[in-house]
Amino acid sequence: MRVAIIQFPGSNCDWDAWHAINDVIGLPSERVWHKSALPVETEAVIVPGGFSFGDYLRCGAIARFSPIMEDLKSFSKKGGPVFGICNGFQILCEAGLLPGALVRNNCIEFRCVNQCLAPEDSTENFSKANLGEQIYLPIAHGEGNYRLDADDLSELEANGQVLLRYDGDPADGPGHGNPNGSVNDIAGVRNAAGNVFGMMPHPERVVETFHPGLDGIGVLRAFLSPLLEEEPVEMVSA
Amino acid sequence: MSLETSEKPASRPVPPPNPDDTLNVDITPELVAEHGLLPEEYERAKEILGRVPNLTELGIFSVMWSEHCAYKNTRKLLRLFPTEKADKDALGQVLVKAGEENAGVIDVGDGWGVCFKIESHNHPSAIEPFEGAATGVGGIVRDIFTMGARPVLLTNSLRFGSLDSPQVRRLFRGVVHGISHYGNCLGIPNIGGDVYFDESYEGNPLVNALCAGILKHEEIKRGAAKGVGNPVYYVGPGTGRDGLGGASFASRELTEESAEDRPAVQKGDPFMEKLLLEACLEMMVIPGLVVGIQDMGAAGLTCSSCETASRGDAGIEIDLDLVPQREEGMNSYEIMLSESQERMLVIVNRGRERELEEVFEKWDLHAAQIGEVKEGDRMVVRHKGVVVADIPAKSLTDEAPIYDQPAKEPAHVVAARDWTSDKYDDLHAEEVEAAFKQLLGHPTIASKHWIWRQYDHMVMAGTTIAPGSDAGVVHLAISGIEKRIAISNDCNNRFCYLNPYRGAQIAFVECMRNLACSGARALAVTDNLNFGNPNKPEVYYMLSECVKGLAEACKFFDVPVVGGNVSLYNEHGDGAIDPTPVVSMVGLIEGSEDVTRSFISGGDETLVLLGGLPFELGASYFMQTHHDRKEGKVPEVNLQAEKNLQDLLISQIQAGCVSAAHDVSEGGLLVTVAEMLFDDATFGVDLDFGSRGPSNRLDALLFGESQGRAVLAVKPEKLSEVLSSARQAGVDAQQIGIVNRSGRFQGIVDGKTILDVDVKVLRESWENAIPHAMNNS
Repeated sequence: MRVAIIQFPGSNCDWDAWHAINDVIGLPSERVWHKSALPVETEAVIVPGGFSFGDYLRCGAIARFSPIMEDLKSFSKKGGPVFGICNGFQILCEAGLLPGALVRNNCIEFRCVNQCLAPEDSTENFSKANLGEQIYLPIAHGEGNYRLDADDLSELEANGQVLLRYDGDPADGPGHGNPNGSVNDIAGVRNAAGNVFGMMPHPERVVETFHPGLDGIGVLRAFLSPLLEEEPVEMVSA
Repeated sequence: MSLETSEKPASRPVPPPNPDDTLNVDITPELVAEHGLLPEEYERAKEILGRVPNLTELGIFSVMWSEHCAYKNTRKLLRLFPTEKADKDALGQVLVKAGEENAGVIDVGDGWGVCFKIESHNHPSAIEPFEGAATGVGGIVRDIFTMGARPVLLTNSLRFGSLDSPQVRRLFRGVVHGISHYGNCLGIPNIGGDVYFDESYEGNPLVNALCAGILKHEEIKRGAAKGVGNPVYYVGPGTGRDGLGGASFASRELTEESAEDRPAVQKGDPFMEKLLLEACLEMMVIPGLVVGIQDMGAAGLTCSSCETASRGDAGIEIDLDLVPQREEGMNSYEIMLSESQERMLVIVNRGRERELEEVFEKWDLHAAQIGEVKEGDRMVVRHKGVVVADIPAKSLTDEAPIYDQPAKEPAHVVAARDWTSDKYDDLHAEEVEAAFKQLLGHPTIASKHWIWRQYDHMVMAGTTIAPGSDAGVVHLAISGIEKRIAISNDCNNRFCYLNPYRGAQIAFVECMRNLACSGARALAVTDNLNFGNPNKPEVYYMLSECVKGLAEACKFFDVPVVGGNVSLYNEHGDGAIDPTPVVSMVGLIEGSEDVTRSFISGGDETLVLLGGLPFELGASYFMQTHHDRKEGKVPEVNLQAEKNLQDLLISQIQAGCVSAAHDVSEGGLLVTVAEMLFDDATFGVDLDFGSRGPSNRLDALLFGESQGRAVLAVKPEKLSEVLSSARQAGVDAQQIGIVNRSGRFQGIVDGKTILDVDVKVLRESWENAIPHAMNNS
């Protein structure tokens, strides 16, 4: 086992993430229950989507108190790669591992669509050169409206911590333009150190030929690059 | 028959007074009537008990003998449905038959089964649309995982009144939010369904929810209490007073006063359900642990305990003091009749209790032993040390009265048979564009994107055809299974209203045609019979004709019914809803290349119409949008022609000749072609139908809803192959147009241009209809 996928009560994209990483990317991965310890051999962690603890109170607000979160914090402090997808992104924000907060979509409804996105040049591997100028990843959330106060936002932008933004012309139909009111069209961010990623879109849902596309593979590989031998990259020190 | 003259001796002791004195009341005829039992039904209950029932027992009889649980008005009719395949070598053999368990199971090969069922939650949704629809999803999902299956898809059949009414918009919004809220949290993709808007559903919307799951043959679980001495467990959250008597509520007509029945509507908690689902599936794969399992749906603890005992040919004894409760001071009547959600009854092998408890501890759920399996045949309920109910379990499940109702053919059905279109002037060429846009903007035909953008239709990463095509398709790759399941729902109420027998058959063949257009072969049906009050002869006539029509189609195609639901008493204000026998079908797609959508993707395809030019105007949506009439002769159904068409469709798809396929249904031929183009408005089409066809009418050709037709998009190099295959199969096939990149929708009939309009303009009518209607509220 190299990649741990944390399973909270209410996680529902843990299986999808497991399939994408284990079967498609080819890195042995396992689902790890939130009350367990993070296995010592863990090289990367996925915090998957879903409705952890029913998203009661606030999305991710209860999950951050789960026993495994202490292990996760120390893992990330040591520079271990952590990737929160959708509800996982919300949890990482609640846990203070990523800046900002995710609130109710400005349309006040859940949105599920294959979304047009523009990757940023954020890290060596998470870059336009690697991913392309425009990609499509599914979104499926009711609370993906990214919020950050003005000062922190300037800092985030200045540091190149934005991973990708909602893109496209709304006139081109569903999946184009900002679907939830996020500030600066932000769909995903990383921490300053560059080892903790979070995004609302679901790369694990576009990895098979029967999916609407294959853009998820590049995104997952960009995150997992420290583990992928053919693309050796030095791990950013914390 | 009175107690005194009964031949059965009063062999059982009269139970002592209930510990809650408010339940110690005389059972008056009024009280019996309030419980929805007829005087003769009450006499039957007395006869079974050999004494007068107490109030708790009266409540138990009332819910178990309600239409919702006992199908007392429909059981005879339902026997007409074939419940297994006639061809024992065909794929899709029935493993668990309709009525045997919580849901039916069919074989899909390689040791795998698909478990699926549709169920209504109409009455609760009329009163509390959000909670009603949400708990409708919750209930059907429990039915599936109770069987041991991992749910892999959801769909819905929804019916509402006209969106012009603010009340209807409130119901519509609430229902969609409710489904979205519950299904999204569970993480089961909702891959579509069907939605119709018609005034007959004003005040009585229909909310039918379907779930399908997968399981290994050997993992099928039964809802039977077996093995004397085995412990009976209650798992899930505590019982409250919500949903009291919901099954009886659902077996009455809705009236102005129904809003006061709000306590009969349950409140759902999808997070609890997700925990329950995972915990149950985890528990059920432990070898030899679970003896029987049943969800507490309609009639809650009552139904689950007497049904498991009845199926297990055993007795069951439960102690209500041990039932987890989240309200204080609940009495036996309330606990037994509560429909609190997300609860299950589980019977495990004695001595292995810890194994169950450990699973539920992991998931932080209650697991309380509340009783055990007993010798004999009785369901005995104790509360505070006192027996509060003591009833033979089978009498509740198998001895409910069965009725034959008088039937009378309504006058409008007779009138529709002799209808001709002669009294309506045909359309002029210059009227075509306006009539076309009007149809595209009818909410039944218009894009349903407003709905399904609120559903997570991609979770589980298996969705291969998203909502909006002819059928939804999921690929089971993440479960490691190389199979594609297709699902479609259908029922056009207008056809059923005007000709119930034929209307029901059209629902069946359209549903099957939707699957065929997607490359799937139909395996089995689940149906949801939504009708008015069966005590009204005209309603009963419609019901029985619909069932006969459906049963005939099932037999012809050897596609059995493996389960479903009956929802009667759907009435409000002006009377019954239109007959709505919703048909849902599961099919399989063999190869990954066979997955076919209804959208054109190339831009250079030739359009081929299979089945001949439409010629029947009666009962069409055009009659509604253009003439404001729900009338006319329902189009002919020819089952053999339909079979030939579908076999051809599938063979051509498998031969790689078809790049898109779409069946001709609501709105007719022009709507069919338009929907095929709408994925990309830069596509255009040049249509040339040649003549006006057999009717010699423009309206019937362009907008008539003749059956047994589909439009194929074929690559130029495959055209001759398709046409010659059709000829061999005896299916009429003709080239009707060529797709281009002009962005224009052009049509020629009799050598004259009847239409020349931007695809974008048409798409706007179609795309904006529902969002605009909803933004006005």
